[in-house]
Amino acid sequence: MLNNSMTRRGVLFGASALSLASALPAFALTEANATKLINSVVGQINSVIASGQSQSAMISQFENIFVRYSDVPTIARYTLGVAARSASGAQLNAFTDAFTGYISRKYGKRFQEFAGGRLEVQQTKAVKSFYEVKTLAYLPNSAPFDVTFLVSDKSGKDLFFNMFIEGVNLLLTEREEIGAMLDRRGGDLNALIADLKKAG
Amino acid sequence: MPAPKFLRSVVARFAPLFAVGALGFLGACASPEPGQLVADPYEKVNRNLHELNKGTDTAFVRPAAMTYGTIVPNPVRQGVSNVADNLTLPSEVLNGLLQADGKLALNNGFRFVINSTFGLAGLLDPATKMGLPDMDTDFGETLHVWGFKEGAYLSVPLLGPSTERDFAGTVVDAAINPVTLFTPLYYTAARRGLNAAELLDDRYRYDETISSTLYDSADSYAQSRLLYIQNRRFELGQSASGSDSQDDFYFDPYEDPYAE
Repeated sequence: MLNNSMTRRGVLFGASALSLASALPAFALTEANATKLINSVVGQINSVIASGQSQSAMISQFENIFVRYSDVPTIARYTLGVAARSASGAQLNAFTDAFTGYISRKYGKRFQEFAGGRLEVQQTKAVKSFYEVKTLAYLPNSAPFDVTFLVSDKSGKDLFFNMFIEGVNLLLTEREEIGAMLDRRGGDLNALIADLKKAG
Repeated sequence: MPAPKFLRSVVARFAPLFAVGALGFLGACASPEPGQLVADPYEKVNRNLHELNKGTDTAFVRPAAMTYGTIVPNPVRQGVSNVADNLTLPSEVLNGLLQADGKLALNNGFRFVINSTFGLAGLLDPATKMGLPDMDTDFGETLHVWGFKEGAYLSVPLLGPSTERDFAGTVVDAAINPVTLFTPLYYTAARRGLNAAELLDDRYRYDETISSTLYDSADSYAQSRLLYIQNRRFELGQSASGSDSQDDFYFDPYEDPYAE
């Protein structure tokens, strides 16, 4: 009986400590946590590659990974650039949703080029206020190439916010592309959002 | 016939001088304006050439690549690409030496010897399994090591994205290639064929990425330019902004959320 209530108290204490912890984003991101995050990302990506599923299944799996492990709102806002500043909250949310689907279709499709390959985490190091996690992509019959993730906890969670494939930077590349799409629509953000839902 | 051979070696000897001279002339005036990733003073001409290259891809290169990729089995295509790669190694050894990079020169020298013999004239790549990986280099990189600046962005007919420095490098590489200089002319013709096959194999393999950049981008010229410059600077060990410092490679979207 005593034991039982102790346990219950323990559980209660544990639960409140947990909610406190999630309310406070103050836990500093460590090298080990950054590596752990990217190990999970890489593990999931490798299983998608190995699954040999249909293209549409791969795209939706990639979307899950993207939403779960990356800071989508920050990526979307940065990609939209100055236009994000004047956008309403509703527009920004709609853009972020459309952007998520667009990125997942665009990059999910390319998983076919990774058939028979895998990613391996190499090393993690602190840069500025975040961590850089270097991985190598091994593809059959070609030299391994560099895929680097940048991880931060500034969103309140450990998430990656940028990635580089052989030096090609996702944020920079998509910022230019989204900027060009917006220019083509005379700066009409709603038109961009509508078209982004079909693009990629 | 001694005459063509003599002519060829004269051209081979002097072409680099012309190219380097042209480079010094061109490279002197182009550096990126603030906020620009790369100097692009010839943007108007470049855009036209980009459209021309896109048209060539649509009409010839992509259909040929898709046919090649579908008809010829993967191991055969891989073997052909390996042979083509193997024949670029002597030139890469030369560039390693010009860059005073002993490791690069030795790696590629041993690769060439091993793959040419045990690898059956380069068809297979046992060197990689022996710890001698593919370490690409070219005269464009040599010029970078010698301190030449990147210069302006160029869209080169049939070759695609380049810069003044890289294009000069391509011209010089073609002229000083030891394989070209020390083998009969018909070898060069055969090698062109191998290179073309390798190009088609790459076009086939990376079709999703290449086609999406060329045909699905809102501004395929700007995307091609951005991808090329980022990747090239990465290969040369430079940051995205072109300086040799790693710092500005990693801008922080938490500090600058609107990319201003």
